[in-house]
Amino acid sequence: MSFFGFGQSADIDIVLNDAETRKKAEHRSEDGRKDKYFLFYDGETVSGKVNVTLKYPGKRLEHNGIKIEFIGQIEMYYDRGNHHEFVSLVKDLARPGELTQSQTFDFEFTHVEKPYESYTGQNVKLRYFLRATVGRRLNDISKELDLVVHTLSTYPELNSSIKMEVGIEDCLHIEFEYNKSKYHLKDVIVGKIYFLLVRIKIKHMEIDIIKRETTGTGPNVYHENDTIAKYEIMDGAPVRGESIPIRLFLAGYELTPTMRDINKKFSVRYYLNLVLIDEEERRYFKQQEITLWRKGDIVRKSMSHQAAIASQRFEGFSAMPSAGKKRFYFHFET
Amino acid sequence: MAETIADTRRLYTKPQNLNDAYGPPSNFLEIDVSNPETVGVGRGRYTTYEVRLKTNLPIFKLKESSVRRRYSDFEWLRAELERESKVVVPPLPGKALFRQLPFRGDDGIFDDSFIEERRQGLEQFLNKVAGHPLAQNERCLHMFLQDESVDKNYTPSKIRQA
Repeated sequence: MSFFGFGQSADIDIVLNDAETRKKAEHRSEDGRKDKYFLFYDGETVSGKVNVTLKYPGKRLEHNGIKIEFIGQIEMYYDRGNHHEFVSLVKDLARPGELTQSQTFDFEFTHVEKPYESYTGQNVKLRYFLRATVGRRLNDISKELDLVVHTLSTYPELNSSIKMEVGIEDCLHIEFEYNKSKYHLKDVIVGKIYFLLVRIKIKHMEIDIIKRETTGTGPNVYHENDTIAKYEIMDGAPVRGESIPIRLFLAGYELTPTMRDINKKFSVRYYLNLVLIDEEERRYFKQQEITLWRKGDIVRKSMSHQAAIASQRFEGFSAMPSAGKKRFYFHFET
Repeated sequence: MAETIADTRRLYTKPQNLNDAYGPPSNFLEIDVSNPETVGVGRGRYTTYEVRLKTNLPIFKLKESSVRRRYSDFEWLRAELERESKVVVPPLPGKALFRQLPFRGDDGIFDDSFIEERRQGLEQFLNKVAGHPLAQNERCLHMFLQDESVDKNYTPSKIRQA
């Protein structure tokens, strides 16, 4: 555009066709704020309109083409420049030319594959968005609309309990049991801790939920641990033969599904950490991984056929070791 | 696909043996540091403390014991544990070098309030250490707590329970 006087510019607006009916989901952004975004599932069509509104009516807007893209990308915080796009679709809305007045363009990305769930973490972000661009010689005008994608699973066929004997030789032996190895995000962890030998002075016991975000590969692997929950299950000193029940409702915590090796870039895994603390503040702990998955809501008749299939798609999990007693040693922290 | 209410009933547990429930707990361990006594004369004086132990832990050979130890014995124990075990050994009460200088207004290291402060610190130190599962495997700890005297020429070793 011309350097002298007023150049023409435009505002872009992206509006989804089903904006009135489509559900929104809350998603925490990088700066910690919680915002609502339109919620999509794998396989659903993304369609809408791009409104290009000229800033100065009457003036022409010359452009190199108008397009809209649907992008799914992974962004590593330590390498911001490089975005890894795992989904990249483009629709050309207008060939290079000029706009004499504000105009609206229709677009449709049919049955778009959205293989991963949206995720904003400590060191990595996976996001989906629409980006409409009016190309110009010197500076493009673009607008982005962020979307949120959830991946759904059904009840796993195999969901064995976790049962293990743990201890420190001649000092402390316990058997812990959790009723499942795979829990959905609104599930309840039901379990028990059975004391077989107690020769130390225990003050209390808690169970923590730890989220481990792993980024990078090979020698540059980085784990970021975050304790999502600390839940005291016992206050006082137990003796041999006592059983302490566990009932931990997951719905109260901010959890995501377990994400394993997403596009070979990152993983998000969850662990239950059983911690016993003795009179001298020494901590004895045993971590155990659990798999978290997202359960679909009740399928309503008004949902499209594709969305119905998407909400019932089964995600294959590798089987956890079958229930059986194994002896492991406590990790020990002074 | 109806919404099911999660089953939150407790898992089955074995009923507890009444002897276990009401009998003495298996973790009884009491250590006292008391009865400070100053022995010797003149510049060779030093203070000893009674270290009394009562326990039902099988790792201790004697269920009751009483020995006398001086501050340097505690220092020896701390150094041995730091070297031989992976335990993060808690600190001892201060060495009080200043108190050993001449021309003090008080009794220096034989001052009653100082001895009491030190006694408390030594008791805390021992309770913290003796209850540590890894420290309990060290020969030096058992020798310190239950042998008549501390043999500083001993061979460090680990105690394995019978």
